[in-house]
Amino acid sequence: MLADENGRRALLQGIVELTRAVFAAKACSIMSHDAAAHELVFEAVAGEGAGTLVGRRIPATTGLAGWSLASEEPIAISDVGSDPRFAREVAEQTDFVPTRMSVHPLLYGERSLGVLSVLDQCAGQPVGLADMNVLARIATHAGAVLAIVQAVREAESVLADGGELASIERVLASAPAPQREAALALLAALERLLSE
Amino acid sequence: MAEGIADEELPAWSLDRAAAAAKPQRSVWPLGDARAWAWGGATGAGVRVCVLDSGVDAGHPQVGPIQGAVAVAPGDDGELAVVPDADGDAYGHGTACAAIIRKLAPDCELHSARVLGGELTGTGPVLLRGLRWAIEQRFDVINLSLSTTKSRFAPELRELTDRAYFGGTILVASAHNMPVASFPWRFSSVLSVGSHAGSDPLEYYVHPDPPVEFVAPGVNLELAWLGGSTIRATGNSFAAPHMAGIAALVMSKHGRLRPFELKTALRAAGTNVSTAA
Repeated sequence: MLADENGRRALLQGIVELTRAVFAAKACSIMSHDAAAHELVFEAVAGEGAGTLVGRRIPATTGLAGWSLASEEPIAISDVGSDPRFAREVAEQTDFVPTRMSVHPLLYGERSLGVLSVLDQCAGQPVGLADMNVLARIATHAGAVLAIVQAVREAESVLADGGELASIERVLASAPAPQREAALALLAALERLLSE
Repeated sequence: MAEGIADEELPAWSLDRAAAAAKPQRSVWPLGDARAWAWGGATGAGVRVCVLDSGVDAGHPQVGPIQGAVAVAPGDDGELAVVPDADGDAYGHGTACAAIIRKLAPDCELHSARVLGGELTGTGPVLLRGLRWAIEQRFDVINLSLSTTKSRFAPELRELTDRAYFGGTILVASAHNMPVASFPWRFSSVLSVGSHAGSDPLEYYVHPDPPVEFVAPGVNLELAWLGGSTIRATGNSFAAPHMAGIAALVMSKHGRLRPFELKTALRAAGTNVSTAA
């Protein structure tokens, strides 16, 4: 399922479809953070905007999603209509202006990978502590799935370019176990060094 | 939809009011009316409060004039620096926190240190730089409705929060809203805050099961936001400034207290605390 992009999208789509159904929401989306472009990218959308938003990008500092991504904290708004900036941004992307919105960061390990947004949820009822708790659990799961999807994409990208890293991967695949283990330890150390 | 979630399944960062009431806490301090003693008649006058967040819109009618605003930004040498900030609030969140504090302690000094928004995209080095600056300014109360999940920053955060503690600055930190490891709210040197669903701004509970020490209103609150607007929102982010505002009231009445003295006073005046419990 992870071997092709359609399968990866289906994994993420399943999460937003389920979340939308659980919370009786009009829409639900997962956006990933493209750190290089400093943008949020719609990865999966259920309900309003499902046919048009996937692949679209917005600045990573945009509104509640931007705050949740940067602060790594969730927030639930019961009346976004009075936030003029939020309403304008949404209207530009969809024709749908929600009145309630919950945004949870998608965290995996120590990384903030994107956000999960739920629009007009709970059939008009305010979001309570228990709802936040359930959404937190879904977002925790979604964060793990997004991390896997992104790792597979990165691996695919590395292998596709046919460069030195791809050569190393080919050598590693056929290396005896002791050499392979030592090489992987070296690569792990290199990753830590470069990510400091 | 989630009515079936039992109280015991709620994460540590929140506490159902009925559950809190069912676990009354005992105070050993012989105060007849602890609340009246702690902050009766206080307005926050003489207390300096700093909000480390996305900035503060001083033009919002629920905030009013603030006494200072800075932002963390890269300096000419590439190092992070603290500079005067005229950009207001990048998201609305800092304004919401400031308005809560202003409502509870209307005469306190309010300062803003912006560590989110614009080019500020993370909660690590920028948060550390802003927090270090705020501690150096010896504010009486610092509200930090933020945390970082990056453990490599934890040692420096611990050193900073200890410095605040020993320097007499109370650092009010919101617990993370999700079941993740984040800092600094888990440190004993800060005053950590989770949410309950009540609406009385002075209703807070002593959490019987730390690391969250207090729970204050954080659910479906009407909050100041961007452009003079208001929204209704939920999050521990908004519980913390309630405790920051109450802390400002207590210091306004009793002078600059050591953090352990302030925590003791706040504990004695908790809604679920009595001498008889």
